[in-house]
Amino acid sequence: MSRGENRVTPYGDTRGDGAIQLSFTLPMAAGEKARRAAVILLTKMGFTEARVVLMEAMDPEFTYFIVYARTTESVDVSSIVVHEAEYEVMEPEEINRTIQETFGRKIVVIGACIGSDAHTVGIDAIMNMKGYDMHKGLESYAGIRAVNLGAQVPCETLVAQAVEEGADALLVSQVVTQKNAHLKNLTRLIEILEAEGLAETMVLIVGGPQVTPELAKELGYDAGFGRGTFPEHVASFLVQEMARRENRGENRG
Amino acid sequence: MMPELRLDSSLVRRAREAARSIAAHALEEIEPNTTVGVERAVLRLLGVEGLTEDGVPWVNVIVDDLLGRGLLGRGAASWIVNVHLSEGLSLEAVAERIATGALDPEAVPRVAPDLLRESMYSMAGRALETMDRERARRNESHSRLGQGSYPLRYLIVATGDIEEDVVQARAAARQGADIIAVIRHTAQSLLDYVPEDGTMEGVGGTIANRDNFRIMRRALDEVSEELGRYIFLTNYCSGLCMPEMAVLGAQEGLDVMLNDSMYGVIFRDINMVRTFIDQHFSRAVLARAGMMINTGEDNYLTTADAFLKAHTVLASQFINEQFALMSGLQPGQIGLGHAFEISPRIEDSFLHELAQAQLVRQVFPDCPVKYMPPTKHMTGNIFQGNVQDALFNAVSVITGQSVHLLGMPTEAIHTPHVHDRYLSLENVDYVFRAMRHLGEEVTFRPGGRVEERAAKVLGDAAEMLDRVADLGLMEAISRAMFADIPRSRKGGKGLDGVVPKWDDYCNPVADLLEKGRTTS
Repeated sequence: MSRGENRVTPYGDTRGDGAIQLSFTLPMAAGEKARRAAVILLTKMGFTEARVVLMEAMDPEFTYFIVYARTTESVDVSSIVVHEAEYEVMEPEEINRTIQETFGRKIVVIGACIGSDAHTVGIDAIMNMKGYDMHKGLESYAGIRAVNLGAQVPCETLVAQAVEEGADALLVSQVVTQKNAHLKNLTRLIEILEAEGLAETMVLIVGGPQVTPELAKELGYDAGFGRGTFPEHVASFLVQEMARRENRGENRG
Repeated sequence: MMPELRLDSSLVRRAREAARSIAAHALEEIEPNTTVGVERAVLRLLGVEGLTEDGVPWVNVIVDDLLGRGLLGRGAASWIVNVHLSEGLSLEAVAERIATGALDPEAVPRVAPDLLRESMYSMAGRALETMDRERARRNESHSRLGQGSYPLRYLIVATGDIEEDVVQARAAARQGADIIAVIRHTAQSLLDYVPEDGTMEGVGGTIANRDNFRIMRRALDEVSEELGRYIFLTNYCSGLCMPEMAVLGAQEGLDVMLNDSMYGVIFRDINMVRTFIDQHFSRAVLARAGMMINTGEDNYLTTADAFLKAHTVLASQFINEQFALMSGLQPGQIGLGHAFEISPRIEDSFLHELAQAQLVRQVFPDCPVKYMPPTKHMTGNIFQGNVQDALFNAVSVITGQSVHLLGMPTEAIHTPHVHDRYLSLENVDYVFRAMRHLGEEVTFRPGGRVEERAAKVLGDAAEMLDRVADLGLMEAISRAMFADIPRSRKGGKGLDGVVPKWDDYCNPVADLLEKGRTTS
């Protein structure tokens, strides 16, 4: 290991053992042939010591495997650069106080599931009064005017509504990822905002179970929130990002 | 025999009475109207089939033309059958002439009213006979092959491609599924037409149309014979084409359709007047076809809190039951929905789930109640998810639910992989087998936690129904009393497809369905 390197490999019961568990299905009948096929497949993937601990015939055409194997690969984590939205999580009262002190007005957040996506569970959890798992949604924040447009909102409608409401931030949710529908919708929204010259005037936030901060950045959003996000996470990022922009004189204030 | 909660039966009666008045008033309010969806469904039943060169269904072209001319209030059947008789044209030719703008239905001489009525009713009668034959065909194979034991295992396929759906459905049936539901193309509910141009690929699910219904029915018929066990087929009867989906489902041998009286209003922002009219007609069709409906109360709990808002589920079930009965469905066809969605972090969440499931079971003893798995609190930890599903399975078998939608350990991650279903079935098989007669061996402690929780939910539901009855259902919805989501009477999609009926309005299918009910 060269200087400054910090290499990691999976840990089973001993440092450096590279232990991995896998499960998958092969579309063939169970039997010795299928077991061999599974092991060869893993070997081709670079795994060593592949052990099939379960081979079950789900039906005559499909066989389910659970396999343990080792990898000899490792990763130098010191070389990884990540684009996490940098913010400190604040309590709702603190968020409201910051908004009052920094902006002296309510900030406006418009949210929607855009395109064909009808799954509002995520946007509702973040925006609606009720929130999620006892974490109240943005509607409950004294300093925030939260407008949830709901399901299947065309990008154009969202943008028009944002302009009309004088939105400080757009919060878009994408749950359906089949055939990369979410990427198309998210890209389209950015294109419209850029064409209208609005991309820089609002904080653009995307959320969804498959959304990562990296993906969000890549698509041109300011932040991306995935699984396990609570309303205060989004609100904390938002007020801190708005304050940063105000300091930089970018915000229309 | 199942365990019994001691419930206040006068409270159950009061709630049911309030729901009856709620549904009756809503139906009274909508009665003066028809919708483009109902009229298209009638035309389909009379035999108007096919597409224009641009791929638009004839029924849409005709109904939109009548709507544009301000003629739809008389009923599409009256105009079309009049042209058919007066001009001696086939229905196809009538459709084509209207579509090309070559024909003004008003300019065509009117045939004698008696002749028109007689023809409309005989065409409608033939349409119902076709449906009856399909029902008899399903009944024959169901009674010959038999079905799985309760709770029936309900599994979803959602590949977006009907051919791949068939592969997965067949695998699921062989692994033990009793009911296969084909998930529909995302946002199809908001299309005001049925896509029929042979499109196979959908997003998030498969396009629901006649061809795809037929392909899956045939596949399930084959696998039913192979397994010696009848496999039920489910699709959606919801959205802006609800009445047409009922017709297609009835004609193509579906067994179950997802059909809720309020779901579209609340979760798809479809206009409430439109929805109430469409669901009433759809349910009459499904009743005649001998199909089961599944209502969607489980959805309330994905937005509202399952612990605090449990009574809204029960209240909605009472309302759905009354709407269904008033459309002619028998209790055995009314699959009321509910779900295991209380946060696993709440202490005694299992007891609260048990209370709710048992309550629903007892309040609707003759309904094939459908129990939905945890989704909201599934985290991506597939191992923990399997445990949550095991508890869900336990509640289901202890309380004797009728239809059991299998939870997936990979819920909230992706549409199920073939082995997700397998693991889920393995889980269900184990729990159902291990606890098969547990329900018979235990009693709920009188005045204990479970009974108290059930009593509270029932009491809150009865109170809510009283309030809804006072306000009227439409006003109650506009005040966000269901699922915390407000919808206004004049808002939502599809209101422009609601049309006042003329004095001489005629829907021969609805009339015959109504008559069939009162005489049978």
